[in-house]
Parts: sequence; C-alpha cells; structure tokens
Amino acid sequence: MTTKRDVLQARWLSPVALLLLWELASRTGVIPDHILAAPSSVVRSLFGMTASGELPLNLAVSLRRAALGFAIGSSLGVVLALAAGLLRRGDALIDPIIQIKRTLPVVALTPLFIIWFGIGETTKIALIAFASMLPVYINLHQGIRGIDIRLVDAARSFGLGRAALIGNVILPGALPSLLTGLRYSLSISVLMLVIAEQVNASAGLGFMIQNARDAMRTDIIVVCLMVYALLGLAGDSLIRAIESKALAWRPTLVEA
Amino acid sequence: MNELTRIPLAAVPDPSPVVRLRGFSRVFGDTRVLDDLDLEIAPGEFVALLGRSGSGKTTLLRTLAGLDPSVGQDLRLPGTRATVFQDARLLPWKRVWQNVVLGLGKRTRRDLAASALEEVGLGHRWDAWPLTLSGGEAQRASLARALIRKPELLLLDEPFAALDALTRIRMHALVLSLWQQHRPAVLLVTHDVEEAMALADRILVLDRGRIAAEERIGAPRGSRGSVIRSLRASLLGHLGLQTESGVYADLIGRKP
Repeated sequence: MTTKRDVLQARWLSPVALLLLWELASRTGVIPDHILAAPSSVVRSLFGMTASGELPLNLAVSLRRAALGFAIGSSLGVVLALAAGLLRRGDALIDPIIQIKRTLPVVALTPLFIIWFGIGETTKIALIAFASMLPVYINLHQGIRGIDIRLVDAARSFGLGRAALIGNVILPGALPSLLTGLRYSLSISVLMLVIAEQVNASAGLGFMIQNARDAMRTDIIVVCLMVYALLGLAGDSLIRAIESKALAWRPTLVEA
Repeated sequence: MNELTRIPLAAVPDPSPVVRLRGFSRVFGDTRVLDDLDLEIAPGEFVALLGRSGSGKTTLLRTLAGLDPSVGQDLRLPGTRATVFQDARLLPWKRVWQNVVLGLGKRTRRDLAASALEEVGLGHRWDAWPLTLSGGEAQRASLARALIRKPELLLLDEPFAALDALTRIRMHALVLSLWQQHRPAVLLVTHDVEEAMALADRILVLDRGRIAAEERIGAPRGSRGSVIRSLRASLLGHLGLQTESGVYADLIGRKP
C-alpha cells in the first residue's frame, strides 16, 4: 500500500514536480520557446530527430570521439602508472612530468592543439585523450604505492617472485583505485567532448547544438544536453557493473 | 644469576640443525637490533622466543623468513619455510582455498587446498572470501597455507595474540596436534609466557638483540604443572619482572 507519506518522501517527487511546473510555465507563456522549450516539445523533437536518423548519426560521431579519446588516454594512463608504480627508475622519470602536467588545465591547450593538429577529428580526440589520462594515472599510481606492505611481505615469505607478486598482490590490490580512476576519466571524457565539439565540428552533438543555437531551437539543445547526461550516466554504470564483478571480495558487496 | 641452568648454545647436541645462525648481527642506523646472535634449532624442535618489545624478535623472524637480506653472514636456513603472521595476511581478493595454494603453481589443485583446510577444521569455508572470516578462522586458513608447503621450519609470529582467550586455547591445541603430526621445526615468537611454557620444548629470551636466557622443558606437555611456577618466575625475571612465587595474581598484587 502506498500511503500519502510514502509519496511525499519519494525521491522522484521533486524532479517530477519541477518538470510539471516547467511544462505549465511554457504552456502559459511564462517561459517563451526561444528561452527554453517545453518538456513536451523536447520529447517531440527527440522522437523526430531519432526517426529522421539525425540524432543517431551525430551521436555515433560523438561517441566515436569520446570512446577513442578515452581508450587512448586511459591506456596511456595505465601504462605510465604501471611503469612509475612498479619501477623505481620509471617513477623518477615519469612522475615529475605528470605532476607538472597536472597543474595545466587541458582546456587551455586547445589553441596549441588546433595549431598542431588542425581543426579536424585529431584535435578533438587528442584533447579527450590528454585529459582522461590523468585520473587513471594518479589513482592507479597511488593504488600501487598504497599496497599493504604486510601482504607483500607475506607473499614474499611464501616464495613468490617479482612477477607472481605483481600478478597476485599488487595488481589486484590496486584494482579498486584503477576503477575509481577510470570512472573519473570517463566523466572527464564527456566533459572534454563537449568542449572539443565547440571547435568547428561538422557533425556530432556539439555541431547539432551550434546549429540549434543559430536557429534558436532550444528544444534541440535540451535534447542534446540530455544525451550528454545519458552518456555520462551510461559510462558510470558500466564501471559500476565492472566493479561489482571484479571487487566481489569487498565486504560491503559480499554482505549485500 | 639464579638457579636456572644456562646451556651454552654451542653445546646443543644436534649435528644438523635446520636453522643455524652464528654471530648474526643486524644494524639499522646506530641501533644493533640483532647483536652477535647465535641460534640453532633442531629438526622437529618446538622453540618459543620471548622478548620485550624492541628486543629484536621481529627482526629475527624476518631474517628466518628470508624477508631481510643476510648477505655475508653465517646463516643456514632450510629450503622450505612457512610463516603464520599475527594478522593472518590472507589476500582479500582471493578465495580462502586460493590463498592456501598461493604461489604453489598451477598444478596445485583445489582438492589439495580443501584437504589442508579440512585438517585445520575449516573445510566448510574453503570457498569463502577472507574478509568474511572471523579472526580464529583466518588464523586456521593461515595455518593451512603454511602446512600445505610441508615446511621444515614453521615460523609463528604471535599468531594467537589477537584472538580471544577461548579461541586461543583451541588454536593452541590445534597447533600442537598439527606439529605432532607433521613435525616441522617450530619457532614461536610470542609475548605470552604461559603460551610459551605450554607449547615449547625450549624457550629462548631475547634481549637487546642477544639470546639472554634459555630454558629447556623436560616435562611432557600435559604434565608440566609441577615445573611451571619456578619456570614462570625465572622467565619473567629475564623479562624484567621480579616475582618470587611465580603466580600471576601475586605478581600483580605485590606491595612495593
């Protein structure tokens, strides 16, 4: 039985109320269409753009950018973190450079990247890759450094060599940190995607937004914003799914 | 000093001890943690090592476990050693049985681990995650992990210190019966005088990096009641606590 109190305490209540208020304000003309389109017209545009193939096509272009950039960036982050975390010389070589890079906002590099790589796909993918490398590196590096030395000692006392130690103790122990890093990297990939697509795109979600802006089509802009949000959400739940599988040994998940 | 008999270590009548340290020293900075230490342990012998905090127990144990470098020192260790640590140190991301066979190679199968776990009374938890085990269960798993290696030298690093009193008694009995079955040489590092007197054939007191005293217990386990009082008094004396009666209650309640 759903009582009145349950409804009032439900977490969906306030978003739904906001949506209704918004729709009401649009219909009564309090919010004009060129300021913000009504939810109903946003939904209509969503279906229309999906049916015409406009949205799937541009989404595919954007997805490719984000996925390629994320894949390159996070792989680079993993490789560098492993080299810096497992080799003393690697740490001395790599870590200082990364720490310098860390202080540099990647967005500020956009002009340089445009000069180097032009205004095509390369710049967009490079920006995403460059930005998404850092969280993976920092988290994995810290994860490797933070391995419980007592577990390492125990494994060594049972005669595990270096390779077995890395495979059985260090990497599994650093896995939670890696997954945290990947989650941050994914959301940064979507963020950089938005920024990179402002750079003279001829296809993609950002391109659609710019066209819509010129035509004052706020409904299309809202549709694209929704898709950006869904991209971030999808990435996050992907990592969560991997986490609950790979980290089944953790007590919170064990008891659940 | 007092009535206890100090047996010079060089006179231990065993021709081929499993452990032999001659004039062993270990220095950290200005501190000599182990100072010209002599130690022999015969095959199958159960030795307890007592000592105050900072007496060098841990360093000696790490040396025997092969965790610290001992280049250029007169040191003989058996090929197969295994350690049970106070904090179990099971890898939390491997199931109990995988922890038991850690580092034994791919040929070692599940049934072998299962029978080792059966022997320590943990057969029913073979597939559990380590973080779901109680303290006593974790120590049983840790014992199984040590014994499956058929060690010539079993190192016990205060393995019962973190257990509640009743669990500790059960674990003492288990360790004794396992020792009687497999007959490894045992070095039990402990703070607990009672534990040492109940389990060991020989008790060493480590002080400032040297063996300060040594007691052999001739009486068989189970009928040591008559010797325990004077033994306790002398061991406590070596640890810096004077007591005439050798009774705990009198020691604590004594008027200054």
